[in-house]
Amino acid sequence: MNLSVHDLSFSYGKHLPLVLDAISFSTKGGDLLAVLGPNGVGKSTMFRCILGFLRNYSGEIILNGVNIKSLTHKQIAKHVAYIPQSTYPVFNYTVLDVVLMGVTNQLTLLSAPNQDHINEAYAAMQSLGIAHLRDAGYGEISGGERQLTLIARALVQKAKVLIMDEPTANLDYGNQFRVMCRISDLAKEGYIIILSTHNPDHAFLYANRVLTIQGGKVIADGSPDDVLDAKLIKDVYNVDVHIEEFQSATRHHKLCIPIEGGVKCETASLQMKK
Amino acid sequence: MSEPVEFLTVQTRKQPNYKLRFILLILAAVICILISFVVGRFTICIGDVLQILISAFLSAVYGCISFVLSPFPAIQNTVLGFLSQFIVSIDTWDYAKYSVVINIRLPRILAALLVGAALSTAGAAYQGMFQNPLVSPDILGASAGAGFGACLAIYLSLGSGMITILAFAGGLIAVLVAYMVSRMTKGSATLSMVLAGILVGSLFSASTSYIKLVADTNEQLPAITYWLMGSLAGATMQDVLFAGIIIILGTLPIFLLRWRMNVLTLGEDEAKSMGVNTNRLRFVVIVCATLITAVAVSISGIIGWVGLVIPHFCRMLFGYDYRRIVPAAIIMGGGFLLLVDDFSRTIATTEVPIGILTAFIGAPIFAYLLMMGGKRS
Repeated sequence: MNLSVHDLSFSYGKHLPLVLDAISFSTKGGDLLAVLGPNGVGKSTMFRCILGFLRNYSGEIILNGVNIKSLTHKQIAKHVAYIPQSTYPVFNYTVLDVVLMGVTNQLTLLSAPNQDHINEAYAAMQSLGIAHLRDAGYGEISGGERQLTLIARALVQKAKVLIMDEPTANLDYGNQFRVMCRISDLAKEGYIIILSTHNPDHAFLYANRVLTIQGGKVIADGSPDDVLDAKLIKDVYNVDVHIEEFQSATRHHKLCIPIEGGVKCETASLQMKK
Repeated sequence: MSEPVEFLTVQTRKQPNYKLRFILLILAAVICILISFVVGRFTICIGDVLQILISAFLSAVYGCISFVLSPFPAIQNTVLGFLSQFIVSIDTWDYAKYSVVINIRLPRILAALLVGAALSTAGAAYQGMFQNPLVSPDILGASAGAGFGACLAIYLSLGSGMITILAFAGGLIAVLVAYMVSRMTKGSATLSMVLAGILVGSLFSASTSYIKLVADTNEQLPAITYWLMGSLAGATMQDVLFAGIIIILGTLPIFLLRWRMNVLTLGEDEAKSMGVNTNRLRFVVIVCATLITAVAVSISGIIGWVGLVIPHFCRMLFGYDYRRIVPAAIIMGGGFLLLVDDFSRTIATTEVPIGILTAFIGAPIFAYLLMMGGKRS
């Protein structure tokens, strides 16, 4: 399983500036690729291209040797699953129903899931530790549980590439780590995981690759320990940080600490405007 | 298998017994149907009703058999002889009762069932497609268009058959125009469709008002006003046949695609990422829902609230899964409108238009639902 992106460029209109400008990278099974970059830098647009939602890009996205531009949504869904930011649902389906929707791609047009599919969905929920929520309403569970529900749905979809749009946004401190931990387990099982995050510490802790995007271009690509340093974070987020290292019982850690006075409110608001 | 994640613990509620609820719902609908045959200006006891219905049914069977078995005269004679003896043996009512049950109440009951089922199914489908539980089947202008078509037919003094046909055509044209307008706008497809529907709807309403202004005040204006308030009083077997065929044809795809409609309620991107051809599915469902709305309105006039309220009741009783909502909406919508129609022909000495009653019943129910919904979240 491998996914590679070559010279991906995209703009939302002929005369509008490029949102993505010649982005290239490639990943293989087992990778957890964290995409870092400020808001509005094109992370979501890149995801939408890889998922086949946007088609009028230039460049190529190759999945196992096949250009995804030539594939239908149904074919792409066999290999690539999308895990959006969990939002409050319009209709309060049960958690099992939401997970079960992942099998739709394996069904014929007029059929509905059967008991085998339900068992499959339940197994996916068990593997993520949310089996006890089976009959709970999707709108009534916590944000972290909702995020895991969406991940379970992606597992049921049997896709090997999981695209996650800020999976830890809106989660409390503890749930962020619980969700990230499950995600990194999936990468170890051989999935390709591409997720966007704003938290360099998550990249240090869980990712084996970091892709940093600035102004639609890749400005750094490599293992977090190699490429993620104070200068890069200053470049991308315009915040002065100090990278602290320490050794725990099991591994070597890196931690990103904003330096007092390193953030200027004025510059922060200027960045928002852009 | 890993251990449960230590998130907030949520009380897991037990899945309700949906099968039992369906059985009760069907039972309630059957009781509604029987009551509807009994009540009215002219009360007919339930035994007579059943006998008349069985006899009418057997007469129809008689007709079929005599046709099918015509190549085999020997068998035909024995079977038909036996049947006719049976029909005569239960033939104990007078013709007036038979006429009321078969010629007056039966078409009206069938019309109420069809219109109720069509409006609720269309409402449930639209609510899912537009990801908005506050949408009703006339959201895309079908009712306003149908109202205009009917008014035009009344203004031109065309017969009742033409009123139905022009109303149906008007409903379809309105939605078609709304669709084309929405295609020419930028931005979110569903939002622009809803806006275009409101726009086209108000255009057709204005046209209706204009016809009312120029219509003959002695005959046409009351007829127009009465039509717009909605009534099943004039429903004929012909109407039932016309609407029945289209409603069955339009409901069938919605019924068959009901699992996929679940996925579409999650939104465009998520549905696409799960391999659903969203444009095609949404198009098919909207076309079918529009078709059945337009044909329902064309035989009944404008009946509000049913298509908005019934899907909510279905969700309260059967959850959010369209696999259960679609059949529930068909049964509950039909039964509900039939019940309201019974009231419309019995509570006063003159008929109260059913559109007024559904609003009287529907609006408070909906207010209650909104308050309940507010509490939960």
